[in-house]
Amino acid sequence: MIEPLLMPGSATAGGFLLVLAVVLPVLGVLLSLALGGRHAERIALILMPAGLAVAGATTAAVWRTRAVLQYFVGGWYPPLGVAFRADGLSAVMMLVTGLLICGIGLFARVQFASPEQGEGRAPFAFWTLLLAIWGGLNAVFLGGDLFNLYVALELLTFAAVPLVSLDGRAETIKAALRYLLFALLGSILYLLGAVLFYGAYGALAIVILSGRVRAEPVAWAAIALMTAGLLAKAALYPFHLWLPPAHAGAPAPASAILSGLVVKAPFFLVVRLWFDVMPGQPQQAAAQILGTLGAAAILFGSVVALRQARLKLLIAYSTVAQIGYLFLMFPLAVKPVTGHPWSTFAWTGGVVQAISHAVAKAAMFLAAGLIAEALGHDRIARLAGIGRALPVTVLAFGLGGLSLMGLPPSGGFVAKAMLLSAAVSEGQWWWAVVVLTGGLLAAGYVFLVLARSLADPVEPLRLSATISPGRQAVVLALALCAVLLGFVPLRPLELLQIGRPV
Amino acid sequence: MSIAILYGLCSAVLVGLGLFALITHPQPLRKILAFNLIGSGVFLLFGVVAHNGAAAGFGGDPVPQALVITGLVVAFASTALAVALLLRLFQETGRATLQSDD
Repeated sequence: MIEPLLMPGSATAGGFLLVLAVVLPVLGVLLSLALGGRHAERIALILMPAGLAVAGATTAAVWRTRAVLQYFVGGWYPPLGVAFRADGLSAVMMLVTGLLICGIGLFARVQFASPEQGEGRAPFAFWTLLLAIWGGLNAVFLGGDLFNLYVALELLTFAAVPLVSLDGRAETIKAALRYLLFALLGSILYLLGAVLFYGAYGALAIVILSGRVRAEPVAWAAIALMTAGLLAKAALYPFHLWLPPAHAGAPAPASAILSGLVVKAPFFLVVRLWFDVMPGQPQQAAAQILGTLGAAAILFGSVVALRQARLKLLIAYSTVAQIGYLFLMFPLAVKPVTGHPWSTFAWTGGVVQAISHAVAKAAMFLAAGLIAEALGHDRIARLAGIGRALPVTVLAFGLGGLSLMGLPPSGGFVAKAMLLSAAVSEGQWWWAVVVLTGGLLAAGYVFLVLARSLADPVEPLRLSATISPGRQAVVLALALCAVLLGFVPLRPLELLQIGRPV
Repeated sequence: MSIAILYGLCSAVLVGLGLFALITHPQPLRKILAFNLIGSGVFLLFGVVAHNGAAAGFGGDPVPQALVITGLVVAFASTALAVALLLRLFQETGRATLQSDD
């Protein structure tokens, strides 16, 4: 069916920023591949502040104009053209991504320093993949139609899987392969849903689809397939099997990116599908299923985290639990009538949780990486004395943990408090019980680690490596960001609402 | 039975077979093949959609055809990545399974 060329608004003034956000990292990847070797690190370090500036400018433009930024590639409009679109949510996610990538990049300069002579394979792969992940994430946040989002998701997967197996040990290759298989199943289900949408409504652009989608079986089938695929990629219980070995086996900076940012991209797409593609459709029953899976993830992930012997595995299982919180927003925010005050509250809570978990978890994985480097192992039972040897790192770990528990004044507190009050006000008190229990369990596993690290060692601790204060400072800065998120007043949260369907 | 329904059913069978194999077979190589089977089913469905959209006097809706080409490239790339990882795993351990040894 050939559509007349629809013009949902024209390209906006700041539209070129959106192109830059995707093109800069991709250009960096291509240049790294062409120049090779030691240049990869230099290119990445030059592009990081530039990319952050682009993300900042995009956020500022959305905030100033209170409108969506749009760009149409080649001047072709949807349904045929490729649209980049930045609403408040995309802008905020881009900004958080930029900040985290810069922080993680600064941290990784020592671990993945390029050798003076010849070409280090791991550093080259790390810096190139870091840029590729950044490009993929920005494409996911800015993509305006379902098929481009599929391509963006695949770019992200192809960049994320090799990061898991950077050190080339058999077990990490196994973890990477398992991750890839889950991700492939997820993306093919997503694509199946997208083709169903195109077959039924003749469009893939989200703006056009949202006006055409009706409550009928084909739309439900499409959105169910896409959601199931995205859940496999987001590692929501019971699709979490791939996550702990992959995230715990990767080098610390890679784990921080994977756990903090990469799993947020499929979640972001589920939010797009449920609130933008199908706004105002009554899906309460389906949303309850997502909420139940989220609750199961919180309880299962936290309890298993408590029983881990290795620090990185503990943090990875805590990611499984924290992903559960993201999906609690669906039963609370999906309403037969959108624009309900508490539903907006719950939606914001879910998004704040995604952001604060990203920052806190990146800080915690980096801290765990430093601890493992200093001790030569990451067995929780033998952490005694590390609190005295690396006080700043352990403090950063604790501050990150504060956000996971949801203690004030952290970003996690704001997110969980919003979910909690939405649950109570809407009379769905059972989700409130889950939020509180999850916080208690999180406190359990964070205190477990802190208590061991602060204990006096039986014999004097011998560190196998000295850790530079600069790297500890980066970790502390990220952890402080996670705490400071709790001080963000509610007004900037309006930014998230820009461009949302009413 | 119209040709669209016939091809639609074929694609459903391919996706179903692939999903079944992907979930039940433990060997990674079979899982990769199963993924390709699902992919074929989905691409066939793109063909059905293109055929259905051909009402306006065209031989077929060109958009799904363009999408299929991209989809094929992506599926090819993912298969290559998966096989490369599997080969490396085989070189490292001498076995091509995902089962842990302990």
